[in-house]
Amino acid sequence: MRLRFRFSKLGKVRFTSQRDVARMWERALRRAELPLAYTEGFSPRPQLGFGLALPTACESLAEYVDVVLDDTRPETASVDVDALPARLSGLLPDGIEVQQAIVVERRATSLQQEVTLCSWTMSFRGLDRQELTTRVASLLAASEVTITRERKGRQVEDDLRPSVLSLTVVDGPDDATGTVELTAELATQPRGVRPVELVRGLMAVAPPSASVDGGPADAVGVPVLDRACRTNQWIERDGDRSEPVALRAVRSDASAGCGLERAS
Amino acid sequence: METLWPQIERLLAQVTKPARYIGGELGAQVPEHHPDAAAWLLVYPDTYEIGLPNQGLQILYEILNERPDSVAERSYAPWVDMEAAMRAADIPFFSLENHLPARAFDVLAFNLSAELVYTNVLNLIDLAGVPVRADQRDEGDPVVLAGGHCAFNPEPLADFVDCFVLGDGEEVVGEISAVVAAHKQGLPLPGGPVAGAETGSRQALLRTLSQVPGVYVPSCYEATYTEAGPDDPMPGALRLAATTPRYPETPPRVEKRTIADLGEWPYPKQQLVPLIEVVHDRLNVELFRGCTRGCRFCQAGMITRPVRERPADQVRTMVSDGLARTGYDEVALTSLSSADYSGIESTVTSIIEDPACSGQVSVSLPSLRVDAFTVGTAAQIQRVRRTGLTFAPEGGTWRMRQVINKLIREEDLYAAVDAAFSQGWRRVKLYFLIGLPTETDEDTLGIVALAKQCVEIGKRYHKGVAVTASVGGFVPKAQTPFQWFGQNTIEELTRKVHLLKDAARGVRGLTVRWHDPKATAVEGLVSRGDRRMGAVIEQVWRQGGTFQEWSECFELDRWTEALATAGQSLEDAVYRHRTEREPLPWDHLSAGLHRDFLWQDWTDALAAHGLEDCRWTPCYDCGACTGFGIEHVVASAVPPAGGSQGTGQDLSTGGQVPVRFLTTAPSGAAPAPVPVDRAPVSAGERRS
Repeated sequence: MRLRFRFSKLGKVRFTSQRDVARMWERALRRAELPLAYTEGFSPRPQLGFGLALPTACESLAEYVDVVLDDTRPETASVDVDALPARLSGLLPDGIEVQQAIVVERRATSLQQEVTLCSWTMSFRGLDRQELTTRVASLLAASEVTITRERKGRQVEDDLRPSVLSLTVVDGPDDATGTVELTAELATQPRGVRPVELVRGLMAVAPPSASVDGGPADAVGVPVLDRACRTNQWIERDGDRSEPVALRAVRSDASAGCGLERAS
Repeated sequence: METLWPQIERLLAQVTKPARYIGGELGAQVPEHHPDAAAWLLVYPDTYEIGLPNQGLQILYEILNERPDSVAERSYAPWVDMEAAMRAADIPFFSLENHLPARAFDVLAFNLSAELVYTNVLNLIDLAGVPVRADQRDEGDPVVLAGGHCAFNPEPLADFVDCFVLGDGEEVVGEISAVVAAHKQGLPLPGGPVAGAETGSRQALLRTLSQVPGVYVPSCYEATYTEAGPDDPMPGALRLAATTPRYPETPPRVEKRTIADLGEWPYPKQQLVPLIEVVHDRLNVELFRGCTRGCRFCQAGMITRPVRERPADQVRTMVSDGLARTGYDEVALTSLSSADYSGIESTVTSIIEDPACSGQVSVSLPSLRVDAFTVGTAAQIQRVRRTGLTFAPEGGTWRMRQVINKLIREEDLYAAVDAAFSQGWRRVKLYFLIGLPTETDEDTLGIVALAKQCVEIGKRYHKGVAVTASVGGFVPKAQTPFQWFGQNTIEELTRKVHLLKDAARGVRGLTVRWHDPKATAVEGLVSRGDRRMGAVIEQVWRQGGTFQEWSECFELDRWTEALATAGQSLEDAVYRHRTEREPLPWDHLSAGLHRDFLWQDWTDALAAHGLEDCRWTPCYDCGACTGFGIEHVVASAVPPAGGSQGTGQDLSTGGQVPVRFLTTAPSGAAPAPVPVDRAPVSAGERRS
């Protein structure tokens, strides 16, 4: 049996890496005494499949993991799937909450291949709303936005523009902390775009403007990415969007939980 | 006390491994501080990944949080990038649970497991906003305390640490808490007023602590120096004369603390499970404390006597509860020599046959004894992940192993290696020391000869075998029989490393690895240094020398410059042999071992005379049991069948290799069962 879980990663635990999260899941699944299927070979491991890696320090409302149970064990048939989210949430660290579990086809397409785009909210410090709005417009108007990024340990030049599907500065008054919020939809194929790479793109579209009070140009306009939260992972087929595990109606307001002002 | 978390959080996106600084481990306790409880910050002065698994720190963390008069949080040394970010943002050293500034605690307690972290200790005190030198602290500053194995020669840190704790911490932390909590509330201190010290003052607090058994307060002692006499190898050099009490109530000698029964202390009950990967990332259950093998180079074995075994049923409970609670799939049964645990076999079997483990749990014995029996046990428990086995013969020849009293016969070593390869292992790692007392080049080269023989044994079973000889430079430690030995120079250790490299060149399947002899010299410098070493450590720290146990941060030049500034030298402080009557910096501190026992053992070493394990044989009167009115706590007073590492064995054949391990015997001709004296280096040599 293959189970698919949807979970959130919020607060302090966001500073752990994707590998760390995988290990947290392994331990939690063992503690839940689920009849896990193990890989063959010298060093058997539980069969877990995570989707697109979430960069360290980013939060998420929509992470997924596939877990394979051992069909040869009698306990597998009697696993109460609906009870698993609450049970596992109690066994995972604070900040990781399992929202839903479903059974998927044993041979379902992997999460990595299935997901085509992700929605993000990001908040910035060190950049005023006007400045950010201008940069967003320039980025969207550009036909090509070249950034340098690291791939397999090497610096490569890449055009970011085709991956940026939408980019919107969120309306609202500038708050006292000087943060401005942005929403983005970023394609994941052929390669995902990380929030820090989007920031690099926003920097690349125009030189930092001179500050209003005549201070040094680089004192303003250098955005600091304060928080980034993946709010959804989407599977887009023929213009229709769906999620790998849609949240049930009662939980559909969960995205409100990604408030960037929330204390952690 | 306000949490620093909002400020800390802002730094974390720009540093490596930010999860080192967030806390939130399974088992972490977020205590509520209150005015009548002593607040401890337990600090491991190395990175989070190295420090988190430390069992000593975790045990005290639980005990202190269980007591009504104390609370405890933890912290680890921030890596250099985080430290720079903290200093730039004016954020002090902080705790991981409540993210409180270190200064808000009453006690900053450092775990000293290795000497090269000393500069980190200074750095963390400074990062906490506390004066680095103890004599500059005042009433508002926390008590800086340190414990762990290095506390058995604490003198190099005497200028910076207010109190050291010698020995097991389980009981004494409570006694310290009682004093600190009373001081904090302005109540009379246990033991009454201190003559000449103002009530409620820092001096009254420290002098009261100096009367707690096992607690050493350096400021209550005076070190005096004298010029070396004409018979000294360095006449005129300034030498320690004595370390004596300053006050009438100060004990002239501080004895270590020892818990008599490990069964009364089933800690940690809630081992911490970190969110990120750390070293020893598994469940750890302590089988016993202490070791009486008597390996003369081993400080741990000397200072933790006697042997105190945990009852087998308690081990089993701690393992099964621990696995269920943590979700780990590996458990290590820890101690200084785990295979020596009475009934190790049945303990291991009961763990792997526990239905709750469902065959997916692996058990590891981090300290394998070198014999075939042990490998059999290892085979049984590493069914799941069989990667490599490690043995520690330490010496390359039988003579060398008699000197260091690690009485592993050639026969047992090859039988162990043979068993390992025949049971499926392909990688064997061997630990050796170079620069041991009386070592000759023949002994050094014996390492390669022995490792080559292991490769040959492996080739009988597998095509590709890998034998790694890992070679460390020997550092003589305080409170051991080798405390008088003049350490090998950097040049000498380097020469020996080259000897080994040359001898191993071109041998397929054999790799030689070695530690940096420069770092070994510095380890020696602080291991046996006296109080004057404090100035050296301080200068190295002020020049930016932190994380000295990390090769990317270590620079010998910083140390030699600081030595020169302080008018000292490696020749005198490290390479010089101490004489029998010379006062040693730790003479006023006791691990229970009589000085004349240690000197006798040193004399025996020079005569290549080994001693059997005293848990199974008559007492040598080392002092560890008799001095404290305790004794070995072992379930079985009988040595393992067939003897073990020199005990209950015929040692006259220790250096002989049974014919079945002589690989180059001509095929067809039945070799005569006549053992040869030493492991053969080559067929030619053996035949000649």
